[in-house]
Amino acid sequence: MCLKSEPGTNPPQEEGMVIIMLQQISVFVENKAGRLCAIVEVLNESRINIRAMNIADTADYGIVRLIVSDTENALKAFNENNFTARVFDVIAFTIPDKFGALYEVIKLLGDNGINIEYSYSLIGKNKSEAGIVIYVKNPDKNAEAGEILIKAGVNLITPVDIA
Amino acid sequence: MKYYLKEIETAPRHELEALQSFRLSQKIRDVYKNVAPYRVKMDEAGVKPGDIKSVTDLHKLPFTTKQDLRDNYPYGMFAVPMEEVVRIHASSGTTGKQTVVGYTKNDIELWAECAARSLVEIGGSREDFVHVSYGYGLFTGGLGMHYGAEKLGAVTIPASAGNSMRQLEMFRDFGSSIICMTPSYAISLLEFAKENGFNKSEYKLKAGVFGAEPWSEEMRREIEDGWGLKAYDIYGLSEILGPSVSCECVYQCGMHICEDHFIPEIIDPDTLKPLPAGEQGELVFSCITKEALPLMRYRTRDIAALAYEKCECGRTLVRMLKPQGRTDDMLIIRGVNVFPSQIESALLQFDNSATNYLIVVDRVNNYDTLEVQIETPVDIVGSIADLQVYEKKAKSVIDSAIGVGVTIKLKEPKSIERSTGKAVRVADNRKIKNKFGK
Repeated sequence: MCLKSEPGTNPPQEEGMVIIMLQQISVFVENKAGRLCAIVEVLNESRINIRAMNIADTADYGIVRLIVSDTENALKAFNENNFTARVFDVIAFTIPDKFGALYEVIKLLGDNGINIEYSYSLIGKNKSEAGIVIYVKNPDKNAEAGEILIKAGVNLITPVDIA
Repeated sequence: MKYYLKEIETAPRHELEALQSFRLSQKIRDVYKNVAPYRVKMDEAGVKPGDIKSVTDLHKLPFTTKQDLRDNYPYGMFAVPMEEVVRIHASSGTTGKQTVVGYTKNDIELWAECAARSLVEIGGSREDFVHVSYGYGLFTGGLGMHYGAEKLGAVTIPASAGNSMRQLEMFRDFGSSIICMTPSYAISLLEFAKENGFNKSEYKLKAGVFGAEPWSEEMRREIEDGWGLKAYDIYGLSEILGPSVSCECVYQCGMHICEDHFIPEIIDPDTLKPLPAGEQGELVFSCITKEALPLMRYRTRDIAALAYEKCECGRTLVRMLKPQGRTDDMLIIRGVNVFPSQIESALLQFDNSATNYLIVVDRVNNYDTLEVQIETPVDIVGSIADLQVYEKKAKSVIDSAIGVGVTIKLKEPKSIERSTGKAVRVADNRKIKNKFGK
């Protein structure tokens, strides 16, 4: 069941532009008491830090999405502990903590036909800024979204920033 | 009207056995001559038709199983040319192929007579309005009871199943006095009726025959109290006839088998040896009058016992006590036969990695539930939408394979218990108790 999925589903970059994605781990959980705790426990035991967390839920089950300090070892730990977990590439960027900052970026993406599947926030580097994670399902569009952001001067968060 | 065929239903046992012996010795000649697959079995067993002179010789004959019908799909076990066949019925099978049965004009006539007999046993007569809410179609329930009610001369209402509001309206406005349906449908219709201001006094219901699935004494009481009628158990299977192979009489103490047409035996399902009267084992039938499909020693896979003592109703026909389970893995869900292998093949056809699954059957508020738990495959954990699409697709392939609605439940990996030996794929949590239960 716990197949190790292939990270890095984005296509090769063109024009020498390097789009650095963050890796997010998605973990399937049944909707019952103690399951979120079990997930956090796995990370705790592996001394891995959580940088961002988001839960999508239905009546019976949910997906816990995590950005952590050590993705590779987190995935290994989840697999060893019988969780269905898979890594996805997401884009993360910082915005200043001020009125209208998020609006500007999201509008830019929307105007360019980028459909954001889901989004959540991430710990910022300092108090004056916030981190935002977005996921675009189509890998081509994912890369394109990164390019658009870089061209617009938005700061992308790289794995180094969160390690 | 107490009996439909008094001379048969109350015949002394020795006379009945003489009739059975005569019919069996004639029928086995037919079968040997016209049913090639069974002739092969008899030859292999070294039995000639001439060896079968009476019911006491029955044990010499080889068994027939559902597999024989499958191997000779669709018409290979028929004993008459297809020109003689006037009706086909079919039921679900384990391999996707249906079990096909056929009837000649005479078979339809004898079936109607058996069904009419059943209706008389429960106190019915031509004065009655018989409301048939079994499904009409390839399932034998609807047409089987329909022909019986017409044969009896009752007013026959071919309502079929579904549309609860209309069913109730017909019960009341058409003056239905005897209803025929699965017990679970009787319960769900009753709940619907209560929610819609059901008032017993507006109805003329007096009795009902409920069959095609196991039901408990608790369900019987609930149906009787709720509807204000007497609830009777009826038994049948398409391979032998359809509904009314046996039916309870007003004393509700076991179902009288139409022994002049079908000889019952109880065997040990492991040793295949006949068991003494009164012992519980697998029920086996031999058809001694049917023309199109006269199966010999057909293993029903139902566990039951036979009671030969004369009944208070005056009938001498043997009574079979309510089936206590199965010797195979067939599940009966809301009256529909479901084999776990059907679910497995549909599921694996849809997702060949879904090898860890569990079928959970339960009865909630007297309604059978069927849940298929699947360990969630890793490639769909990206989004809730992907998970839901997976659930929906899995549901639709299984639903259409078995003809019963299932609920899909996605589980975490390794959450479905692994057994050390043969994989346990079914958890049947229904507790069906009845007065003969051990």
